[in-house]
Amino acid sequence: MNILNILDEIEKVDGEIYERLSPRRSAMKDFFNVGKKISLAALPLALGSMFQKAYGQTNPANVNEVLNFALTLEYLEYHFYNHALTNSTITFPNAASRQAITTIRDHELAHVTLLRTALGANAVTPFVDGDFDFTGAATFGTAFADVFSNYQTFLKVATAFEDTGVRAYKGQAPVLKGMQVLTTALQIHSVEARHAAHLRQMTAASLNVPLKPWIAYAANGNDTGIAQVNAVYAGEQNTKILDIEITGINGTAVTQTAAAESFDEFLTGSAVKTIANIFIRTRKLA
Amino acid sequence: MENLNDQKQDLLAEDSSFMQAKLQRRSFLQFAGAGAAVVALTAAGCRKDRINTPLPSGVTLDFKDDFGVLNYAYALEQLEAAFYIQVASNPPSAFSSAERTYFQDIQFHEIAHREFFKKALSTAAIGSLEVDFSSINFSDRMSVLNAAKAFEDLGVAAYNGAGVRLTNTNFLVVAGQIVSVEARHAAYVRDMISNGSFADLGDAGFAGLNANASAGLDASLTPDKVLAIAGKFVKTKINVINL
Repeated sequence: MNILNILDEIEKVDGEIYERLSPRRSAMKDFFNVGKKISLAALPLALGSMFQKAYGQTNPANVNEVLNFALTLEYLEYHFYNHALTNSTITFPNAASRQAITTIRDHELAHVTLLRTALGANAVTPFVDGDFDFTGAATFGTAFADVFSNYQTFLKVATAFEDTGVRAYKGQAPVLKGMQVLTTALQIHSVEARHAAHLRQMTAASLNVPLKPWIAYAANGNDTGIAQVNAVYAGEQNTKILDIEITGINGTAVTQTAAAESFDEFLTGSAVKTIANIFIRTRKLA
Repeated sequence: MENLNDQKQDLLAEDSSFMQAKLQRRSFLQFAGAGAAVVALTAAGCRKDRINTPLPSGVTLDFKDDFGVLNYAYALEQLEAAFYIQVASNPPSAFSSAERTYFQDIQFHEIAHREFFKKALSTAAIGSLEVDFSSINFSDRMSVLNAAKAFEDLGVAAYNGAGVRLTNTNFLVVAGQIVSVEARHAAYVRDMISNGSFADLGDAGFAGLNANASAGLDASLTPDKVLAIAGKFVKTKINVINL
């Protein structure tokens, strides 16, 4: 029986067979090319390992890698907010500000739980509060030393975390392309963007700075004026999407600022890891 | 036939700047094929014109490929842009100056999104939609804010639900670049209505949008459901095929 026929038969009952086998069709093509070269006797073995990968475990290895990466970031965020709410001397100016942080903390915990469930036995060992240094002292010295005693410092770091989270999920989307788990990742991604928008408003109100819910144009991408977090916003000044210049597009009055604001930018996994590792004491991301 | 080939050449020339730079070879060929199909349709339309038969009414979103998804996004961005242009040009008197400024900002973001899709889709783009905002009282602050909230939460649901349909990695990333901005809008508008409701995933506004509060998941809807909700704001008939 021809392997292609087998796959076609399976596709009739499982429309996503090709996605299960490989999220990238080019990889499937590679397999077929290899298939032509290996003997018929060896084919069942190759098929077996292919189906084991597809059905034997829920996620391909690279998907698990992405989900564990996301899980680590969610742990970072959860412990940060939980620490602020339960083990800090921060004075929240009113009930609404404490409630907003509680809402965000609860979402991050929900994301941790969700990702652990999706990963099952493949999930990383849980991170605990002590795994993190939220002052980032090794890199930032004393700049954020009062993160758990000064409400404004706390907001600065929180805003940076959320804007990082948004960019991190965006950067990993291509790995999940066409897969059901992509939708879940996108649903987390936009919640992080809502958090970021609200924290930016809290920061604007408390520090009396003109920070918008969206990331405005700045020459180096960083519209917060906090130099320590430049890496979080690197590239956000971009106004060219798929080589199409958005400023003044099609003769409209879209300014450079509006152009930069209207499209958030992604961060690569390695850029996010560098940022996250500033706050991870042990078990740094490789 | 000569004319048809010329049109195809024009199409490819117009698109070449971003396609050659960004699309993988396989995708490029796929979209070149789609482009040819569009040209064929246009040619068919011309023939019909000659015998004076009216074109089918409305626009058609053909979800057979990424172009359908991009046109779907283009349709929604047209709707949002039209709404914010109307608000920004004549805001409710109860709007604060900060609100006027931010609604201006949002207006330009939606125009940028709309024009991006128009330019990216080039000749494959659907036409302009005629909107129906008769259910919105543009002089009333709460009416405008509630409509804005509905548009933004629905927009987030639409992008979140359609992302999985995209086969081109670059388009998927762009969709992600836009949806987080829509989510920022949604959060801002929600906070204007009730401070702290930026991500109240279980509240009445999220009803029917398939969010999951206990899992911390935002809204996500398939295109048919989104279009059913958006339908009341659109006069133009939107035909959906191959969904």
